[in-house]
This record gives sequence, C-alpha cells and structure tokens, in this order.
Amino acid sequence: MIGGLFIYNHKGEVLISRVYRDDIGRNAVDAFRVNVIHARQQVRSPVTNIARTSFFHVKRSNIWLAAVTKQNVNAAMVFEFLYKMCDVMAAYFGKISEENIKNNFVLIYELLDEILDFGYPQNSETGALKTFITQQGIKSQHQTKEEQSQITSQVTGQIGWRREGIKYRRNELFLDVLESVNLLMSPQGQVLSAHVSGRVVMKSYLSGMPECKFGMNDKIVIEKQGKGTADETSKSGKQSIAIDDCTFHQCVRLSKFDSERSISFIPPDGEFELMRYRTTKDIILPFRVIPLVREVGRTKLEVKVVIKSNFKPSLLAQKIEVRIPTPLNTSGVQVICMKGKAKYKASENAIVWKIKRMAGMKESQINAEIELLPTNDKKKWARPPISMNFEVPFAPSGLKVRYLKVFEPKLNYSDHDVIKWVRYIGRSGIYETRC
Amino acid sequence: MPAVSKGDGMRGLAVFISDIRNCKSKEAEIKRINKELANIRSKFKGDKALDGYSKKKYVCKLLFIFLLGHDIDFGHMEAVNLLSSNRYTEKQIGYLFISVLVNSNSELIRLINNAIKNDLASRNPTFMGLALHCIASVGSREMAEAFAGEIPKVLVAGDTMDSVKQSAALCLLRLYRTSPDLVPMGDWTSRVVHLLNDQHLGVVTAATSLITTLAQKNPEEFKTSVSLAVSRLSRIVTSASTDLQDYTYYFVPAPWLSVKLLRLLQCYPPPEDPAVRGRLTECLETILNKAQEPPKSKKVQHSNAKNAVLFEAISLIIHHDSEPNLLVRACNQLGQFLQHRETNLRYLALESMCTLASSEFSHEAVKTHIETVINALKTERDVSVRQRAVDLLYAMCDRSNAPQIVAEMLSYLETADYSIREEIVLKVAILAEKYAVDYTWYVDTILNLIRIAGDYVSEEVWYRVIQIVINRDDVQGYAAKTVFEALQAPACHENLVKVGGYILGEFGNLIAGDPRSSPLIQFNLLHSKFHLCSVPTRALLLSTYIKFVNLFPEVKPTIQDVLRSDSQLRNADVELQQRAVEYLRLSTVASTDILATVLEEMPPFPERESSILAKLKKKKGPSTVTDLEDTKRERSVDVNGGPEPAPASTSAVSTPSPSADLLGLGAAPPAPAGPPPSSSGGGLLVDVFSDSASVVAPLAPGSEDNFARFVCKNNGVLFENQLLQIGLKSEFRQNLGRMFIFYGNKTSTQFLNFTPTLICSDDLQPNILGFITKPVDPTVEGGAQVQQVVNIECVSDFTEAPVLNIQFRYGGTFQNVSVQLPITLNKFFQPTEMASQDFFQRWKQLSNPQQEVQNIFKAKHPMDTEVTKAKIIGFGSALLEEVDPNPANFVGAGIIHTKTTQIGCLLRLEPNLQAQMYRLTLRTSKEAVSQRLCELLSAQF
Repeated sequence: MIGGLFIYNHKGEVLISRVYRDDIGRNAVDAFRVNVIHARQQVRSPVTNIARTSFFHVKRSNIWLAAVTKQNVNAAMVFEFLYKMCDVMAAYFGKISEENIKNNFVLIYELLDEILDFGYPQNSETGALKTFITQQGIKSQHQTKEEQSQITSQVTGQIGWRREGIKYRRNELFLDVLESVNLLMSPQGQVLSAHVSGRVVMKSYLSGMPECKFGMNDKIVIEKQGKGTADETSKSGKQSIAIDDCTFHQCVRLSKFDSERSISFIPPDGEFELMRYRTTKDIILPFRVIPLVREVGRTKLEVKVVIKSNFKPSLLAQKIEVRIPTPLNTSGVQVICMKGKAKYKASENAIVWKIKRMAGMKESQINAEIELLPTNDKKKWARPPISMNFEVPFAPSGLKVRYLKVFEPKLNYSDHDVIKWVRYIGRSGIYETRC
Repeated sequence: MPAVSKGDGMRGLAVFISDIRNCKSKEAEIKRINKELANIRSKFKGDKALDGYSKKKYVCKLLFIFLLGHDIDFGHMEAVNLLSSNRYTEKQIGYLFISVLVNSNSELIRLINNAIKNDLASRNPTFMGLALHCIASVGSREMAEAFAGEIPKVLVAGDTMDSVKQSAALCLLRLYRTSPDLVPMGDWTSRVVHLLNDQHLGVVTAATSLITTLAQKNPEEFKTSVSLAVSRLSRIVTSASTDLQDYTYYFVPAPWLSVKLLRLLQCYPPPEDPAVRGRLTECLETILNKAQEPPKSKKVQHSNAKNAVLFEAISLIIHHDSEPNLLVRACNQLGQFLQHRETNLRYLALESMCTLASSEFSHEAVKTHIETVINALKTERDVSVRQRAVDLLYAMCDRSNAPQIVAEMLSYLETADYSIREEIVLKVAILAEKYAVDYTWYVDTILNLIRIAGDYVSEEVWYRVIQIVINRDDVQGYAAKTVFEALQAPACHENLVKVGGYILGEFGNLIAGDPRSSPLIQFNLLHSKFHLCSVPTRALLLSTYIKFVNLFPEVKPTIQDVLRSDSQLRNADVELQQRAVEYLRLSTVASTDILATVLEEMPPFPERESSILAKLKKKKGPSTVTDLEDTKRERSVDVNGGPEPAPASTSAVSTPSPSADLLGLGAAPPAPAGPPPSSSGGGLLVDVFSDSASVVAPLAPGSEDNFARFVCKNNGVLFENQLLQIGLKSEFRQNLGRMFIFYGNKTSTQFLNFTPTLICSDDLQPNILGFITKPVDPTVEGGAQVQQVVNIECVSDFTEAPVLNIQFRYGGTFQNVSVQLPITLNKFFQPTEMASQDFFQRWKQLSNPQQEVQNIFKAKHPMDTEVTKAKIIGFGSALLEEVDPNPANFVGAGIIHTKTTQIGCLLRLEPNLQAQMYRLTLRTSKEAVSQRLCELLSAQF
C-alpha cells in the first residue's frame, strides 16, 4: 500500500509531504529528488526503485506528484489513484500549479487525510468529498446533526457518489463525447496505425435518485436488436461501431452490462466521466496530409505540404496547426501559404502553420524553402514525421448517442421533461504523417 | 596571459549564458539552445564575411553549447579560420575550440596542422605556447605523427624562450606517453639532458619530468643525466630558502623539482663515480638533516613540501640499498613519523618501512620499532593505516620475534576489520609455519586461528596444517591431543571439525591409550558435530570413521550402525551416500589385513611451495608482496629447510584425479615459481605470467616422449587421447618454419569453444616468434578435422619449446590440454657438405673448451648403422662420409640459422658396440647451442 505521498515543484523543493506508514523515512523525500528530479539523465520510467523503495510519479506541468511504497503494490492502482488525486485537486482549485498548491496546502492535507487511509485509497469522488471538505468556512450551527449523519450514511452507504434529496427546478443533463484520434500515416497515404480513444463525460442536474440508461450505436447491441429485421441490420450495420475496450464509472451496473450490454446507472450529481473507450476500426480521419520534400543540392530543401479536410462541408474544424520539422542544420526558411499563418520556430526546429477555421472537403497548401548549412556530419537527417493538431465537431470513431433515458419513479418527472444536450468533439492525439 | 579584457568582452555570449542559467526547465534550455543554434547557422551561412570578433563570439557560444552536452556539427571551419588570426584572443578561442572538439576529420586536420605549424614556426612566444598547448591537450596519434619530429627541435633550439621550452618539454612528454613509438630518439636527447643545467627552474622542472619518463624506457641514452641531476639537486638542497625566489614554496626550496630529480635518480643504480656518489650521499644526508630541524613555518604546506622531499629521498635510499648508514637514518626518521599526529604521515612511514624491512642493512633497525607498530595496530583509528601496520609486522617478522608478532596479530584478529581478516589469517598462517621452531606452538597457533576467525580461514590454511602434521612425526601425538581438546568446546568452527576429523582419523590411535580419549569417546565427540556440518565436511568425517574402523576394531559395530542408518545409506547427497555404502561394504567384506592396507596412514606430502603463500600473492596483487616474499624466501631458506620452489610448468604433472584422493584433500595445484624478480616491474611480469599459467592445464602425460620423437622428424601424431588427436606436418627453411596442426575430433559430439593458443614462456619469448595465422572455427564437429597454420621464426638460439594449449568444451565439461610443440633448435639446421680437411680445420678452430660439449651415454635403442645415419640426417645436419678415419664413426656438419646470427655446428658420434655406448661430441661457436643440440641428439639413440 502507499506509504507516503510527496508533491515537489520543478526545482525539487517539497511542497506537500504526507507519510502514511512508518516504513517510509524522511530520507525518501530526498532520494526521489536526487535520483529522479535532479538526475543527470532524464528519468523516463514513471516507476523508480531506489534502495528497495518504489517511487511512482506523474508530472503535471512543473509539478511532480510521487507516491512512495516499500511494498509490492499494484502499480496500476497507484497511478489510478494519482490521476484521481489530480482530478480532485483540479476540481477544488483549478489548474495544478506551484502557486495554487501553496495557496491551498491546508486543503490538500485535508483531502489527503480523507482519500487515503493508512495508505489504502478511500472515496475519491469529488461530489461526495465536496459535501464535507469545503473551501469556505463552515458555520457549524447551520449544519444540523441530521445533515452530518446524512453525510456519514452517504459516504459509507451503497451509493456513495450521490446524496439523497437533491432537487432541481429544471432537470437538465449534458453529454459530451470527447475523442482524440491518433494516426501514423506513410508518405504515400497508407495508414500505418490509427486508433481513437474517447470519453463520455456527463454533467447531470437531476432531482432525486434518477435511474439512467445510456444507449449508443455499439455494434453488438445493434446486431442483437436487429436480429428480427434483416434489412435493418444492413442499414444500421454501417452506422454501428465496434468498441475494442471500455471502462466505466463506478456508478454503472457492470452486471447488467455484462449480461445485457446495457449501460444503466444512477449518476453522481454534477460532472463525471461516464465511460472511456477505444476503437480501431472504421475511423473517420478528419484530415489528410500530403507531404512533398525535395532536396536541391546539399544546401537547399523544398517542402510542399497539402492538407485536405475530409468531412461534411457544413462542419467547421478549428484550431488547426501543422508542424513541419526542419533539419538541424537549417540556416534560413522562407514560407508561403495560402491560408492561415506560418512561421519558422528555430527553438523547436519546426515550421508551425496555423489555420483558425477550415470547412469540410477543402484543401490548403504551404510551400517552404529551407536553406541548409553544410556540415561535416555524415549522418543524414532522420526526417521526423509532420504532426497536426485540430478540433472537429464530430466523433471520428463514428460513435452516436442513441438515447439517454431517465427514470425517476419517486418524483413525478418523466424522461420527456429532462432537457438533454449532446455535443461531439473530436481532437487530434498524435496525428502524424511521415515525409 | 592577457585575460579577456573588459573592452573585448563578448556581450552576446554573456547574455546567452545568463539566459541558459535562468531557464526553469530542461525543455526551456533546449529551446533556447535551438534558437541560438539557428541564429549562428544563419550568421555563418550569411554571404558577407564575418569579422573576427563575431566569429570568435559565435565559436564561443558553440563551445559553450557543446560543453553543456549538446552535439555540435558545424562551426569547425570558422574555428580553424580563427587560428590564423593575429589577435591573441581570437587565436586562443580557436585553439580552445579545436582542443575540445577536434575529431579526425581529414581535411580539417590538415588545415589545423598547417595553422599549428605556422604558429610553431613564428617567433612569437605566446603563439608558440598556444600551439604547443593545443598539441598536448589533443595528444592524439595524428598530432604525434605530425609534430613529434618538430617539437624536440623547438625544445633544444638555442633561441627559444624559457616559457616555450617549458611548454615544449611537457608537450613532448604528453606525446611520448600516448604514442612512444612516434617520438624519434636522436641527437636531441643529449641536449635535452643538458636542460637540467638550465638557468630557469621552470624549464628544469619540465625537462626532469620528460627525462624521467624517457629514461625509464631507454636508461642507457640518458645515463649522463645522473651526474647533472645530482649536481642540480645538491645546488637546490644547499641553497638558502631565499635563493630561488619564485620557486621557494613555504620556505622549502623547489620541492617539486627536488622530488622529480630524486625520482629520476631512482631510474638508475647508485652512481659509480665516487665523486658523484659522495655528492649524492651528501645531498641525502642534508635532506635527512633538514628533517630534524625545527619547522620554519607552522603552515601545513611547509611540512607537506618538506616531507614530500624527505619521503622521495627515502625511497631513493631504499632503491639504492647500498648505504647502511643512510638506511638506518631513514629508518629512524620514519620511526619518528610513526607517532606523528598526521595520519597520512603515519601511513606513508609504515609503507616505506615495509620496503626498508626487506633490506638486509635496515632490517634490524626496523625491528626496533616493533612496539610502536604493534601499538599502531591496536590504537590506530584508520583502517588503511592498520592494514599497513599488519604488512609491516609481516615484513619485519623473523625467527627472533615471530612468537610475539604472531601473538599480537592473533589478538588483533579478534577486533580486526572484516575486510582485512582473511589476509591477516593467511599471514599468521604463513609466519607461524615459516618461523616455527617448536611445532606444538605451530599447531596451537593455527587452532587458535581457526577458533578466532574460522570463517576467514581458507581451505589452503587447514590443508597446510594437515600436510605439516602428517609430514612431522614429532607433533602428531600433540596435534591429536590438542584437536581432541579443542573439539570438546560446545561450539566449534567447521574448519576445526575438518582438521579434527582428519587428524583423529590418522593419529587418533596415539591418544587412544588415555581413558579420557578412548576410541569410543573420540568417535562420539566427532559424531556429535556431524549433523551441524556441511556436506563436504560430512564426507570427510565418514572417511574418518572408516579409518577408525581400521584403527580401533572395537568401535567397528558402532560405526557400522552409523553407516547403516538411513540418514547415511539413503542420503540425498550422492557423495555421502556413495561413501556410506562403500565404507560399509569395505568394513564388512574386507579382512583386517586388507583394511589395514587400504586405510593405511597417509604418506608424507611432497614438499612444495606453501599453497597459502600463493593464495596471499593472488589476494594482494602483484605489487609489493612478491618482492617481499622473495626476499623472505631467501632469508628463510636456512630455517626449516624452506619451501622449495615448485617445478616450473614445463615439467609433466599428472592431473590429480578426484577418485585417487580418498579424503577429498586435493592439494592446490602448485603455483609456478618465476625467476626472482629484480625490480617491481619484473615482479609484475612474473605475476601476470603465473596467473595465466594457472589457467593452462599441466602438460599432457606422455607428451614428453612424443616430443622426443619429433626431434628427428617433422610429421606425425603429436598427441592423442580419447577425445582429441593432434597431428603435425611441418617444414623449415633457414630461420623460418611453418607448421600445419591438424585437430581431429575423435568423438561423435562436437567440441564447442575450441580455442588453441600458443604460449611462449618469457625466456622463450624474445628468441622465437610463433604466430597462429588464423583462429580456427570454435566448433569442431564430431569426427571432423580442422587445420591450423603456425608460422615460426627463430630469432636467436633457444632451449625450451613453445606450448600449445587447447581448451574446449566437450559435452558439458571443460577440457584443457597442453602439449609442447616440437620446435627445437635443430629444426633450423641447414646441412653443409665439406671435405675431410675442411672439417678438421674447422673442428680445430672451435677448440675453445666452452664450445665443445661431449656426452657419453648408453644406447637406448639397438645400434643399427642405417638407423643412426637416418637419425643424423633427420636431425638436420649433413652426414659426411669418409671424413673420420674410423669408418664406424659418424660425422656431421651444418649451420643453424637464426634471424640474428648463423651458428656453425660440427658433430661427431662414436658408437661402441661392445659396451653399447655412444660418445657424442659437438662443437659450435656458441656454448648454449652446443649444449642444447647435444641434449637433443643424445636422447635419440
């Protein structure tokens, strides 16, 4: 189990240090600093073993979070905990930065007391935590005994993530399908590897203890339903997607998913991540990058890159950025582009081309002339891939939300009274084309 | 040196460096560097030429980036351009860049060398200095190739400035260290020696370093430096502290130069010229006197400098080892240091004393400090100093003080540091054995040793005890009694059980008369330890039991019961089970007579070099111990007969087969004793050799006979066993030879890691050169044969033959075979025909008694004229008919070709049929050759 938890700033100074077990001494703090943060070679492994003590770390901007243990713990559990901890902190005070941590350090210690007990992870649900750990002062006379006992029963009860007696005038829910699409493509346009990792994030403002049921175009479900009507399968076959693997929030009843593959749950109040999934088949690639690199003699390089958007013309892609790496001996660059702005960034050894907006089924092009300095180094330029960033308003995996039904038998509002919002956002993950 | 002045400071560089320093993270730093690199690239790319200042600035930035650990692959050209600048700062930066970032890029190297050459040729001393520093700091082979010829000229030229001379000397030293073969020796050497007389002490200091290094390789060429060094030294030593101005360091005149001169003198034996010698002695005396004077300063630097000179002087005295007076004085001086406050001084004093102890003149003087040293051993805080104290005690030990020293070491052992315990144990064991007058004392000491530090007692130590007890009748009874008593302790170390088991098994009968140690009690005592011991010890104890069966028939049933028990007869360990079964059978089946024969007392072990000594050598490494041991051995010969040196590795030693050794008491293979090393360098070589020799298997049995067969023929089977056959086919012409070696795998499985190596012992090394032309395939398939060619060149005459060592893996086991290759001197024989009078004329010319060797010996084979003729021709010489007046005699003549000389050789063989004897007379121009040929040929008849 986790023996201790430390938070360092980029210089390796300790901001937060909480030790849960006696087997972790004070020197563990320094050991991590010396061997990982100040290590001569950059430490790439997230798990480091120093003198029979294991350090698991994650980095958020300039902040290091390290969990320490002397035992043989489940590393995946520790990392899940660290990520959860980041989420909790982000939910309390926003961005995890040195200043924010310094300003909230009492709160962080309070949280650490609550979410880890003798090194065992406890309830890390933000909604539940917020009921008893608050950033404002609590006036104790206002909090009745009843309320206190309610907290206890909720935290220790079966549905620890939602308290009873929530009331909203307007029952409303928001559903975001957030996907990131990863691609590696050969210069000839052949897909070498591609996958989409997506998340369904839900924000619920529902009264009572509503029972929800979420439906999407999962291939297995569609096929099961379409058994009776043969022609419908052929129609909807194209519409359904094959999900390679998925994980759910703890509120989802897994037994039901296993038996009927239906996703039913009582949602926590506020924002939470309902599920995570990954698909690898029939991915809609929003952009196609066509590179053309020509070496003119030893001291000149001509680069032409065409990008084509590959989605409905009515949709608009945003925040498009193409990054074209330049050789290490570049001595000067001239760029001409039809759309957006392009600039040579020497500090990153790349030409960065930015386009604010681009509609579907369009095409744009950039031309660059790169002057090179002759070097005495024999090794050739490795030609790193051209990478891209963008945001599109659809799900590249093809996932569609078919329904989200809400039942609340005790209170008298029905599924129709709930206002539902669905939004799809597709972002680029590592989206690269070799040149 | 003009520093980078304010007006010349590079602001851009300063800004860049401060930017980098201010970077918050590694990523930010890399970004900043990338930006700067792009900037520099665009500047270098720019069409208009850069001025010297900005070139220098950018090169500096590149250098800084490189030193931060990033790759730089451009800018070399700009740096080379800077070299040809006339401004000091620009040139300096250029050289800095080149020395840090030079790589063997052909075109650039040429440009760089050109620039350096120009600077060397310029008369500007700062430029010359820069060039020399660059050469020295790069110091590569290429540099040496280009400038090794040039620098000596600069060094000895009359008009060179002092500072340049200094740099040139050090630069040459550096080149000589990296590639000694490229520095030509020439007439400049004699002029370099005269630099010792230079006015400028800096030049002298640099030159002394150079000469010391050169003199170590070619002592003859620099012999003249001795007298110069002595006179220089005496001038320094006698000078007042103010005379040398800059070179006086805390009131000590030129300490560095003095130390270097003293070190130079250590390359040579004591000077022969009495005047020089007297002067040197005077110097050394002065140095010793000065040590007695009260210090001129309280500063630690003063005493450090003074002591450095003193210690170097003492090492010179020890090196010369000829002036008893000085040696004793040195010893007394060191004795004072033994109680000095300064730990380092105590350490150094102990270390130097160790070497002093081995000199015959000062041995007695060293001994007077025994109390201090023992005290140091007990009270010293620093473990390394204690270690030296142990070394010194070991070195100063002789017959008179052995009991005291051994007792002290034993008592120290109880508290000693774990890291040095094993070594002390070995030393105690060796001293106890070497200086034992009374062997009961020896036995007591070793048993004590095992009791105190059982864990650190290696196998060799207790093997040795047993060897000694078995070889000496007078202690056997005492030993048996003592071990019996020692074993009665409730907890005793396993090694003690081993010694006890062995000794009681052999000599338990000597104490059986006493009712307190009756056979049954002895047995029960041993058996009570049985279950606590490891398998090898148990196996040994089982052997003891069966010996008991022989010694004391009355305990036979008890022992048979023990052997019969399931824990023995069905032991999971194969060795124990086998022993139990076999011994049980032996005790029931065999008659008393047979038992008595089989289980007879062990015969005395052959005397050989103590295996402990070999172990200590191995542990300590080649440095001091070998020296020490050798002197020790010389001195200890009269005591106890001394350990005889083992036969050298050439003699055939049969591999000990495990089954023959009933008690598993395999003596360690004898360590080959090298020739006594004359210097520490020689000692190193010997040790290296002995290390490798211990890996090589002893010569295969029977190879000696095979070897003899090959003296007169060139082809045949050299070696054969169940696995491997080695065939030979060889041809010789003049001083060259070629030998085809055929390795045949006689089995059906393949040999893995098959590696034949040719080993020439160091006596042989310079005289004969043998190369294996190409390595054979490491796997030899079953039934296959592989061939290997060895080229041989005879440089001068030799006696020994090279050894071919073959190692391979057959099945799971490692095989190691060594055979002597039949390369003998007579192979390089060329027959010469000559007439009778020619022969006798030459015969008379070689009438010097050393040139003739005669051997009269009995014929081993039937005396057949034709066979004899064939053998003489096969031997290589021409058979001259009708030369000798007596037709029964055989006369031969030939020339031995070696690379260096040709040796004429005449032989005469007179058979005597009645007596079945031969008389062989050989006359050659070289004594050793006659001797060797006679040996070789005599063995043939």
